Amino acid sequence: MITLTNLHKTYAARGGGAPVQALADIDLSIARGEVFGIIGRSGAGKSTLLRTVNLLETPTSGSVMVDGVEMTALSAGELRRARHSIGMIFQHFNLLSSRTVFDNVALPLELAGTPKADIRRTVEPLLDLVGLADKRNRYPAELSGGQKQRVGIARALASKPKVLLSDEATSALDPETTTQILHLLADINRRLGLTIVLITHEIAVIKEICHKVAVMEGGRVIEQGPVFDIFAHPQHPTTRSFIDPVINRGIPDSLRDRLSHQPAPGSTPVLRITFTGEKATTPVISAISRRLDLDLNIWHGQIDEIQGAPFGTLVVEALGDGAKVEAAMALVRENNLGVEVLGHALPANH
Amino acid sequence: MLSPQIIDLLIKGLVDTLHMVAVSGVIGTLIGLPIGVLLAVTGRGELLQSFAFNKVMGAVVNMTRSTPFIILVVAIIPFTRLVAGTSIGTTAAIVPLTVAAAPFIARVVENAVREVDRGLVEAAQAMGATPFQIIRKVLLPEALPGIVSGLTLSAVSLIGYSAMVGAVGGGGLGDLGIRYGYQRFLPEVMLAVVVVLIVLVQIVQSTGDLIARRVNKRNLKS
Repeated sequence: MITLTNLHKTYAARGGGAPVQALADIDLSIARGEVFGIIGRSGAGKSTLLRTVNLLETPTSGSVMVDGVEMTALSAGELRRARHSIGMIFQHFNLLSSRTVFDNVALPLELAGTPKADIRRTVEPLLDLVGLADKRNRYPAELSGGQKQRVGIARALASKPKVLLSDEATSALDPETTTQILHLLADINRRLGLTIVLITHEIAVIKEICHKVAVMEGGRVIEQGPVFDIFAHPQHPTTRSFIDPVINRGIPDSLRDRLSHQPAPGSTPVLRITFTGEKATTPVISAISRRLDLDLNIWHGQIDEIQGAPFGTLVVEALGDGAKVEAAMALVRENNLGVEVLGHALPANH
Repeated sequence: MLSPQIIDLLIKGLVDTLHMVAVSGVIGTLIGLPIGVLLAVTGRGELLQSFAFNKVMGAVVNMTRSTPFIILVVAIIPFTRLVAGTSIGTTAAIVPLTVAAAPFIARVVENAVREVDRGLVEAAQAMGATPFQIIRKVLLPEALPGIVSGLTLSAVSLIGYSAMVGAVGGGGLGDLGIRYGYQRFLPEVMLAVVVVLIVLVQIVQSTGDLIARRVNKRNLKS
């Protein structure tokens, strides 16, 4: 649905400074009906990237294909028509304060020259969809943040777009409202088959509704793939720093103090076993102790759900000699689970 | 007390003032509003960025605004004669008043339009709006409360300016105050003129505030 190829964006700096590279070497492919998340800290370039999709930002070089159309090759008029099939929602909603809820949702249709009767026929079901039918004659100033974003979503859907771009749509909302808006977006994605591209700095948003994710830093995509894979096996340190707080791959501080990187006299290895997908329920711990006669002292465990699939980690201290530990790790791998040596536990009285 | 003749003069002065302010206000708005919008949208990083237009138009507006009104009245007499056919009287006075009002209104409109959140323009662009549609459907409606306040300010300034056009036989309340109140030593006429002007300005300001509040949907109590 959306293919960005070799995208670059450079801003000429004001006052003769060095030009600023906002985007570099961006290659992304977003399939029809997908919810694609782009995460990064502020200044990572995610907002610029999102705006190149509807060409609010013109890339310095590279290709932007949306639904088979090369956006960068369009004339001004063609671009305006192409934008009718790309809806957009914003962090600060960007509703017209001078228009009622109904008239705000009707705006894209008015701009496209839709007759009044058709506008009413399109807008009313949309207000039902976002649950604001009773607020149709209210002004944005009379609405809560969540309600304003619902108006924003209804407005973005009014021109029946194929793609919805979401620019930090939940960042100005409280956690409960965020969840409601994300559910609404997921619902729209399922019911209308709409492709959604969203940017966020909150990993919880990615975890909640995205199928795929790209992680950005310094204007580049440093990692991308299915959300489950990225959560289960983050490669880049930045990705890990996003993921660790929400799925707690780490261990409690009190135990971390006993952990050393190097083996020491009397130390025992500490393993992290990662359970993913349907294998998350394999009874591997009891198999190890029974078959290898190796005691495992469980330090810490956690089971999470990402995109409906279970994902768990278990941190154990292996109370046995090196050969037995090797065998235990092999057994874990045989069961297609992940395992790594996290460190070595020093004796408690050390 | 005021004699009937003086009261007649006061009424005629009020009518002349209203006539001059209304006509120059309306024509000034017709000229100033589009210039103000253009000044706002041609600025750096704006919708129709045009450095040349913005600088030239800005300079023209500033030239008019930096000329003291009484000098402007006299300086443009040839132009006034060209437009109004005469350089004396109420109709002639409307010309310099309009010339002073248009750039003033252009600046207040420019400020009001600049106040509109950039995010709204971006949202409209994302919807595929043309620049003209953005001006008509987004910038003007959203700037309306500010524009109404600005036009009120302009009307009050015009009432003040209109007092000076007595210099070219423009008539109106200001002229009445100078000729009868000051030159003929009739302090009660002066006082009456001042009171009528105060009431007039109050009415204009209150009406403007009321309209600005009515069209402002930004701070509604739910």
